[in-house]
Amino acid sequence: MAQAATRAIGHVEGQHHPIKLYLVVWGWLFVLSTCSYLVDYFGLQGYLRWSLILLFMILKAGLIVAVFMHMAWERLTLIYAILLPPVLVLIFVGMMVFEANYTLFTRLNFFGTGP
Amino acid sequence: MTNPTRDSLTRPDGWEGFAADWSSDQRAFKTASWGKVMMWIFLLSDTFVFSCFLLSYMTVRMSTTVPWPNPSEVFALELGGKPVPLILIAIMTFILISSSGTMAMAVNYGYRRDREKTAALMLATAAFGASFVGMQAFEWTKLIREGFRPWGNPWGAAQFGSSFFMITGFHGTHVTIGVIFLIIIARKVWRGDFDQEKPGFFTSRKGRYENVEIMGLYWHFVDLVWVFIFALFYLW
Repeated sequence: MAQAATRAIGHVEGQHHPIKLYLVVWGWLFVLSTCSYLVDYFGLQGYLRWSLILLFMILKAGLIVAVFMHMAWERLTLIYAILLPPVLVLIFVGMMVFEANYTLFTRLNFFGTGP
Repeated sequence: MTNPTRDSLTRPDGWEGFAADWSSDQRAFKTASWGKVMMWIFLLSDTFVFSCFLLSYMTVRMSTTVPWPNPSEVFALELGGKPVPLILIAIMTFILISSSGTMAMAVNYGYRRDREKTAALMLATAAFGASFVGMQAFEWTKLIREGFRPWGNPWGAAQFGSSFFMITGFHGTHVTIGVIFLIIIARKVWRGDFDQEKPGFFTSRKGRYENVEIMGLYWHFVDLVWVFIFALFYLW
């Protein structure tokens, strides 16, 4: 029933976009990958390196999810159901940074140069 | 039951639509088919799996007192007598991105009912994927010969090896499964299963070109995970 309804409501089945769109995104992904490789090639260090790596990573991931995976054309309901939960992983990152610093502290203070 | 046609035409967009969809007391995902939603939910769970790997990698890297090996040097290849940093990994990245490009185009031609181009592009995607796995096998072989093990390596912290084999191994497995999945769907496209709406052998549901898009979601996800691995493991 649900399937029949989906077809009946005239929601155009599938995604119809010009091929050019995919070629442009493909080109951008190449450019961004080259940029992130060059970060390593030129041996940039410190905060500049880390922020550039993260920037190119986010841009690439955004292009893939939005255009290649067609998320940009889905309803907000699906977008939030899928994209919001992974953002919460950042809280987990925060917890583990705290934990890792504590482990390092105990190793340095109680185990000498330990494992 | 209300007329679904009129219902859909007056469906609000944006935040109003978001609230209406979730509170409709019906299925929440109005325009996405169950197959697509299920694939997205699977990918969400897989995101958590890879998040946990990358998180544990971050944790061991931050907490070790032994210096972390420099990936730029470990993964360098000798080309013309001098080492080029990370070159194989860069080539693998470009290959995987190209495979995503051909996959996206395969989905597009699928919806245009162009059976031959869809199948050809999917096979090209599978070939890119297989060459990626081949390069990864080459990389693993080279490193293992140099004494790289999950429990230790000649360059520094032992956790480097554990993280490397765990993360790239799991990702490589995903690529391999994707290649097999691609070949199966490409064969169906080629035979015209989706034109004749032939039922699938497992689900007995009518074959539709949307299956190509669902396959594509999985493949793009594999590429997406590599974006994160490349940035956080190889470049960091």
